[in-house]
Amino acid sequence: MISHAKNAKGFLRDQEKTTWHDATLWNARTNRDRGSQKVAEWEQLRELASQIKNNVLSQLDDYLLQFEKNAVKNGAEVYWAKDADDHNRIIGEILKKHRVNSLVKSKSILTEECHLNQYLEKQGYEVVDTDLGERIVQFAKQPPSHIVTPAIHLKKEEIGKLFHEHIGTDEGASDPQYLTEAARKHLREKFLGSEAALTGVNFAIAETGGFVVCTNEGNADMGVNIAPIQIASMGIEKIIPKAEHLGVFLRLLARSATGQSITNYTSHFHQPKPNGKLFIVMVDNGRSDLLGKADFKNSLKCIRCGACMNTCPVYKRSGGYSYGYTIPGPIGSVLAPARDLEKYANLPFASSLCGACTNVCPVKIDLHDQLYKWRQEAAKKGYISTSKKWSMQMAGWVFSHPKLYRFLGSSARLMLRISPRFMIYNSLNAWGKSRELPKAPKESFRDWYLKNKN
Amino acid sequence: MKVGLFIPCYIDQFYPNVGIATLQLLEKYGAEVVYPLNQTCCGQPMANTGFENIGEKSIDLVVKNFHGMDFIVGPSGSCVLHLKEQLKHRSSELQNKVFELCEFLTDVVKIKAIHAEFPYKVGLHASCHGLRGLGLATPSELNIPRIDKPRSLLEKVKRIQLVELSRKDECCGFGGTFAVNEEAVSVRMGNDRIEDHLKNGVEVITATDMSCLMHLEGLIVRQKKNLKVMHIAEILNGNGIQKTDIPKKEYRK
Repeated sequence: MISHAKNAKGFLRDQEKTTWHDATLWNARTNRDRGSQKVAEWEQLRELASQIKNNVLSQLDDYLLQFEKNAVKNGAEVYWAKDADDHNRIIGEILKKHRVNSLVKSKSILTEECHLNQYLEKQGYEVVDTDLGERIVQFAKQPPSHIVTPAIHLKKEEIGKLFHEHIGTDEGASDPQYLTEAARKHLREKFLGSEAALTGVNFAIAETGGFVVCTNEGNADMGVNIAPIQIASMGIEKIIPKAEHLGVFLRLLARSATGQSITNYTSHFHQPKPNGKLFIVMVDNGRSDLLGKADFKNSLKCIRCGACMNTCPVYKRSGGYSYGYTIPGPIGSVLAPARDLEKYANLPFASSLCGACTNVCPVKIDLHDQLYKWRQEAAKKGYISTSKKWSMQMAGWVFSHPKLYRFLGSSARLMLRISPRFMIYNSLNAWGKSRELPKAPKESFRDWYLKNKN
Repeated sequence: MKVGLFIPCYIDQFYPNVGIATLQLLEKYGAEVVYPLNQTCCGQPMANTGFENIGEKSIDLVVKNFHGMDFIVGPSGSCVLHLKEQLKHRSSELQNKVFELCEFLTDVVKIKAIHAEFPYKVGLHASCHGLRGLGLATPSELNIPRIDKPRSLLEKVKRIQLVELSRKDECCGFGGTFAVNEEAVSVRMGNDRIEDHLKNGVEVITATDMSCLMHLEGLIVRQKKNLKVMHIAEILNGNGIQKTDIPKKEYRK
């Protein structure tokens, strides 16, 4: 089982870096606030987006078939992948069939979820992530720590070191301008030699069979416009019914993510390029199961903007890796338990249930309510430690017996008043590690009330 | 107007002054206050740990204790929210009678003036459950017309100076059992909140929830910071700052 608390403690050891991590993400949240406040109908947009997604989820099967039909009509080849293995195998076969040795990639958290890179690399393919942040974590042999800004956990000095090792930049150089230019030059070579390009999908439109990819660096366009083979990997929840709905989501997505009015590139794809091929792989990988869970299916509305991470006070101070799942933060903590409750039973507890995630979410996913409900599921399935369960049972018993509660309350207060400090502040007292306990008064409120008011 | 006073367990045990201030405040503004004597806990710690079923027994007690009251009022947004949520499945009649102290004063009593003075720089910590769960104020994430019930009450206190914070409603990291289960993150969140108040010149942190303040006070006292915490009921009741409230002198050797 992943222990977020333990991982977070490790992250927090570097207090200075935590301060920087928190401030960087808070900056994104502040930009989001400014961007969203410029749109007078922001809350209506959120409501509309939520309702469109609800509609999609209520008849996903129909929309998927409609999308497939129209995409095929446009000249795309469409594949259905039931899980990650299926997805990887399909892409491997496409590459093999077309005698392709290398693949450039852009904007795909789904391929991270499916571990496509590892699969292809094992078979001898060269896989190049072309988005700057993705390329950095690929050099570092790490997964992304955030879904929009994958290398947010690394400082420029660390990136300079990686670039020195991998693309020969000057030792000790950490100037962002210099590093970015070096990366650009390095990636240009990869693009020019690419035979196949893969992107994720932000929105797939059922009525047209086309899809949209939103990026800031333009690598998706660069990749798919050079390589003869274009592959799009999409989760089946990415469907929207009509092209006219795009306006709702595009206005929400970038503003929620970074505060930009729109991403620098919003690329619409419909047909294969002349003499080229277009493949679309639609991936389930647990999504239909999630759709069947009434309390949790709402999480499939996610458009992957990352706003819940940028606002989450826990994520900002514990980093993406402490969650141990491809998608971290509040949305990751509700998606992961749906995949494997036993392994990720701890993630719903990586939250103070403050609810900021729910309020920031552009498609109104009830994130903190789902975190609460996953806690109940984890308890029902027995994935909560015996000691915790036992202490809760004890507490429940005490609290259902008022006299016992009062006796234990006054005894505890007495103990706190008379015990020497080491008896109270020791390794058994997690509260007291960095905090004082409240002073224990002689009288409880009830004692006072009986004396003065009754 | 018969008001059943709902006092959360940790206030009963550790912060009787908050209970007293709440009672006096309600009486001052015309309520007939009754304190049912067999109260314990609302069951939230168990429910938030995943054992809502264990917490249900506490709700049985609440239903029994507060039968026949016109209103149920408590000085905690978090416990009140939990009660409301749990009563949803039980008794909608009782559910609609439950109020957090500040919303009761602004929405039911419709208080015009507050006869209290508090000549200090005060930082209002927006406790999450009251803020986002009960709608005591508008969360900073939402782009809707701004309201702030606790603040509107504090603004009526004479000579008070309300201080603007850099992050107006970020969580303090208490979160019930979160405070011990995620000790490291919880402590860091609390320290960051304290830093925000200090750098903006706050002398007293107040909130609608004593639990947030208990967590912040624990850190403040341990680190001997020059900052005090007081529940909003104490300020509204005109309690003033007691010498014994000064953390430095209270630090246990």
